[in-house]
Amino acid sequence: MTERPVVAVVVFPGSNDDRDAAWALGALGADHVFVWHEEQELPEATGAVILPGGFSYGDYLRCGAIASVAPAMDAVRRFAASGGPVLGICNGFQILCEARLLPGILRPNRQLEFVCRDTTVRVESATTLFTRRCEPGQELVLPVKHGEGAWHADEVQFVQLAARGQIVLRYGNDVNGSLGNVAGVVNEAGNVMGLMPHPEHAVDPLLGSADGGLLLAALVDAAAEHALIAA
Amino acid sequence: MRATVLVRPKEGILDPQGEAVQSSLEKLGFAVGSIRVGRVIDIELSAEDHAFAREEVERMCSGLLANPLIESFEIRLDEA
Repeated sequence: MTERPVVAVVVFPGSNDDRDAAWALGALGADHVFVWHEEQELPEATGAVILPGGFSYGDYLRCGAIASVAPAMDAVRRFAASGGPVLGICNGFQILCEARLLPGILRPNRQLEFVCRDTTVRVESATTLFTRRCEPGQELVLPVKHGEGAWHADEVQFVQLAARGQIVLRYGNDVNGSLGNVAGVVNEAGNVMGLMPHPEHAVDPLLGSADGGLLLAALVDAAAEHALIAA
Repeated sequence: MRATVLVRPKEGILDPQGEAVQSSLEKLGFAVGSIRVGRVIDIELSAEDHAFAREEVERMCSGLLANPLIESFEIRLDEA
């Protein structure tokens, strides 16, 4: 039997989707290890990293700002620099933007209301590490639950990102005032992705959708590949 | 020494919070124009040298206190 890939789930004070992410990973054939925000290193076996959803540090200052300078983030930065796959979900996306590992920033929803419902997102790029189990243009049903999910970048940067295929997911309609209805982006190297919708809440038809499994299973694949390269 | 940092949404950046405050003040009968909501951060510093203190606070601002994509900042230093 081959070993199951290991995905590190970083836990900050106020993270609350860490266990959901771990459960989803287990269902998709990976093992998880929780990494507390004060840790300086990721476990050696780490094949991929998830920054989970929640309200790290109570969303003080700006969402994700304080988490972005936590000790564990130095380790995540090194892991990403070595090509390791990193996925930030919701608050994790906010953290990656604040850490400048991803372009843009998440701002308060245009309507100033918390939005909590299923959304339809379109796969704009199916060639990334994270979307390669999807078809180009495929529509995924994924839930969102956030108050600060309006992705923003300056126009010039936005055009460049779109031209380079870094805009990975877009909402089918305006959910929160995101520029270009952006729901998820990837970094230029292609190994760090963030999205506001929650794939970990959509891995079983019983939960209303299993479409999130396509993204997380691709992450599990990437974790197995990275572990092979690193070994 | 004490530093006061004023963080504001950058010009041209939509500020839904400011819009909500504006509409509430209008409902209260105040005649107001555009409103922008920012943040004030008071910092006690052990540094005594003015230039050094300013440099430190600038680093704090660009590293954490403000996000240059969407926010501008202004630093005021007081000898206390």
